[in-house]
Amino acid sequence: MSKLLIVSPSPHNYGNDTIKSLMYGVLIALIPTLLVSLYFFGVGALIVIVTSVISAVIFEYLISKYILKTKPSIMDGSAVITGLLLAFNVPSNLPVWIVIIGALVAIGIGKMTFGGLGNNPFNPALVGRVFLLVSFPVQMTTWPAPIQSRLQYLDAVTGATPLGIVKEGLRNGEQVSELVKQIPSNMQMFIGNVGGSLGEVAGLAILLGLIWLLYKKVITWHIPISMLGTIFIVSGIFWLINPEKYMDPVFHIIAGGALLGAVFMATDYVTSPMTPKGQLIFGIGIGFLTVMIRLFGAYPEGVSFAILIMNAFVPIINLYVKPKRFGEVVKNG
Amino acid sequence: MLKTFSKGGVHPPENKLSAIQTIEQLALPKTVSIPISQHIGAPATPLVKKNDSVKTGQLIAKSSGFVSANIHSSVSGKVIKIDSVVDSSGYKKQSIIIEVEGDEWLEEIDRTPELKKEINLSSEEIIKKVGESGIVGLGGATFPSQVKLSVPRGMKAEILIINGVECEPYLTSDHRLMLEKADELLIGTQILMKALKVTQAVIGIENNKADAIEHLTNLTKQYQGISVQALKVKYPQGGEKQLIKAITGREVPSGGLPIAVGAVVHNVGTAFAVYEAVQKNKPLFERVVTVTGKSVKKPSNFLVRIGTSVANLIEAAGGLPEDTGKVISGGPMMGRALSTIDTPVTKGTSGILILPEGESRRGKIYDCIRCAKCVSVCPMGLEPYLLMTVTEQQNYERTEHERVMDCIECGSCSYICPSNRPLLDYIRLGKVEVGKIIRTRKA
Repeated sequence: MSKLLIVSPSPHNYGNDTIKSLMYGVLIALIPTLLVSLYFFGVGALIVIVTSVISAVIFEYLISKYILKTKPSIMDGSAVITGLLLAFNVPSNLPVWIVIIGALVAIGIGKMTFGGLGNNPFNPALVGRVFLLVSFPVQMTTWPAPIQSRLQYLDAVTGATPLGIVKEGLRNGEQVSELVKQIPSNMQMFIGNVGGSLGEVAGLAILLGLIWLLYKKVITWHIPISMLGTIFIVSGIFWLINPEKYMDPVFHIIAGGALLGAVFMATDYVTSPMTPKGQLIFGIGIGFLTVMIRLFGAYPEGVSFAILIMNAFVPIINLYVKPKRFGEVVKNG
Repeated sequence: MLKTFSKGGVHPPENKLSAIQTIEQLALPKTVSIPISQHIGAPATPLVKKNDSVKTGQLIAKSSGFVSANIHSSVSGKVIKIDSVVDSSGYKKQSIIIEVEGDEWLEEIDRTPELKKEINLSSEEIIKKVGESGIVGLGGATFPSQVKLSVPRGMKAEILIINGVECEPYLTSDHRLMLEKADELLIGTQILMKALKVTQAVIGIENNKADAIEHLTNLTKQYQGISVQALKVKYPQGGEKQLIKAITGREVPSGGLPIAVGAVVHNVGTAFAVYEAVQKNKPLFERVVTVTGKSVKKPSNFLVRIGTSVANLIEAAGGLPEDTGKVISGGPMMGRALSTIDTPVTKGTSGILILPEGESRRGKIYDCIRCAKCVSVCPMGLEPYLLMTVTEQQNYERTEHERVMDCIECGSCSYICPSNRPLLDYIRLGKVEVGKIIRTRKA
C-alpha cells in the first residue's frame, strides 16, 4: 500500500454552479438592458454606469482588505452587479460625485457592514438608491429625455417620468383620459423610449434578461411572476373601479421600475426568502406595496421602498413558511 | 409516459462508462476476508475456527438475531485465521480469512445453467430460505431481506417494486444484470411476489437504460403480474421513498416504513439472489461489482466472490491509475471513500469507483449566499441550509423540529451548493445528536 488515498464523506461529485457562475449569469442577463440604456441615454448613461461599477468594486476591495481584513472577493462579480444595478436605478445626468456616494453607501453600508456577500438583509443597490433619493431629491428626480439627450450629460434636457406626470395630474384633479395624451404610449415605454432611471426604462430588454435567468436556472419564476401578477391584479381592480382616476394595469407593469425590480432587484438571492412558497408571499407583498405607494403614497414610484420593506420581512417568512415535507400528509393515490 | 418523483432531485453527469461491458467472472483470489458484519443489524456468530476446511457455499457464520444475516463461504479452502480487517466503513471488522484451495461447492447447490421456472416453496418456506441464504438488500442498504418480506401484523403488502433505477452515476452492475439475467430476475420477482402474497410487481428503470427497459418489457409478457415502468432520469430516484412515490404516487409517511403505504421494494440484484437461493439452492456468496472511473483502463462489471480484495478487482480492470485520488465503494453520490484498497468486497459493494486526484478534493467553502438551491433540490422537502445552521449552533431541539431525521443523506444539497458548503456533513452530525436525544427520551 504505497499510495495514500483521499477520504471524505459523500457526496464525492459536485455540480457546476459556483458563486461566480451564478453572478456572471446575472451579468449576462443585464447586457440587453445595458445596451438599451446606452442607446437611449448615450454618454450620460456611460459615465454613470462606469463610475458606479468601478467605485462599487473599489469600495468592496478596500473595505474587505483594510477594514474586514479578509481576502477581497471582487472577482465573484457581486460587486459589479451591485454597481450596475445602482446605476440602472438613477437618472443618467446624475453627477459623478453623487454616484460615488451612492456606491459607497450601497457597498459600505448595504453590504460590507454585515460581513459581505450572503449576510446583508437589504438589497445593497436599493440601499444606495434610496439613500440618494432622500439625500439628493432634486438630482435624483430630474429625468433626461431619451434619445435627444444622448450626447449630453449634466446639461441634458429633462422631463418628468410618466408615473410622475400621472401622480401630479391626478393630484390636480385631471382625468386619466387627458393625462395619457401627455405620456408615451405603453408600447413606446416598453421598448424604453421614455424618461426614467437609466436601466428601468428597457422593459423588453429586461424581459430578455428574465428569460435567460430562467433558462440558466439562476432564478425561479416565483418572485418576478408573483410580484408582477400582483401589480397587475391590484392596479387592475382600481382601474376597473374608476378608469378615469386610476391608470390601467399594463401601464403599471411597464412604467417605472416594476420590471427591473421584479427581475433583478427582488430576486437577489441574499435578500429574498428560501422557499418557493415564501418567495410567492414576498413577491405578492412587493407588488401590493408598490401599487399602494404609487396610488396613495407621496412618491410617484414605490418599487424600491416596497422591496426594501419586504426584505425586512424575509427572516420572519423563512421562520414560518416551510416547504411541504415529504411524507407529511399521507396520500394514497 | 415517463414517471418520476415530484419533489427536488438533481441530474449529475451519468458517466455510465461500463454500461456495454458484459459481466465477467473474476478469477478466484488466493485468500478471501469475509467480514461477519456485512449487513444492517447484529453481526453474525462465526461457526468455524482456525484450520477448519470449508466448501464454497458453506455456512460459516450464523445470523444472531431477527435483524442479522447468515454468512457463507465464497470459496473452498482452509480458514487461516479470524482477524480484524478494515472494511468499506473504514472501521476494523471481524472477518473470517480463508486460504483458497480449488473451488469445491456444496453438493446441494444446483450449478447447471438450466432455468427453473416452477416455484415449489410456500410463502413461509420462501421467507425462511431467503433468511437461510444470507440475502440482504444488494442495492447498498444491506438490510436483511427476510425481514422486509415478513409483513408486520395488521399491515398488508399490495405492490412489490423492483428497483432497477441505478440512479448513481457510473454504476452499471444492476443494468448488466437486467440485460444478462433477465429471466432469472423475473422468476426471482415472482418468488418475492409469492412470499409477500401480492399479485402486482413493477420494475422501475430509468430511461437511460433503454435496452434494459425494452428487454424486460418484452419478457414480462410471459410473467403474469409483472410490468416495467420507465422513469425519467433523476437522482435520487433509487431511494426507496422516491421510487415508491414515482411509481405509485404514494408518500411513505415521515418516520414510517414503505409497508405503511402497501409497498415493498427490493433491488434487482436481490431478486436475482432470491432466484438463485430458492431455485438453485445457492446462498449469497458472490455479486456483480462495477469497477469504473475516467482513468480506469478497462471499466468492467465483474462477478465477484464476497471477500475478494478490492485491489484484485482494480488489478483486473487495468490497475490503479497513476492519477488516483479517491477510491470509492459505491457511487459518487452516496458511496464511501476507502482508506485502503486492501479491503474486501462485501454484500453491499455495488461498485468501485476511482476518481482522479483533480476530482477528489472539495472546493473552497464560501458564506451561504441564500440562493435556496439546496431547498429546491431536497427530495424530502427539507431546508439543508437551515439544518446546517442549527446543527452548527448545537440547537438540536430546533434541528429535530426541522425534521433532520427525515434526511436520506442523498447528498443533493452538497452537490448543488455554489458555495461548496458541507451541508450533508453537518446534517449527518445533526442526525447523530438528535438520534441520541430521541433514544434518551424513549429510555
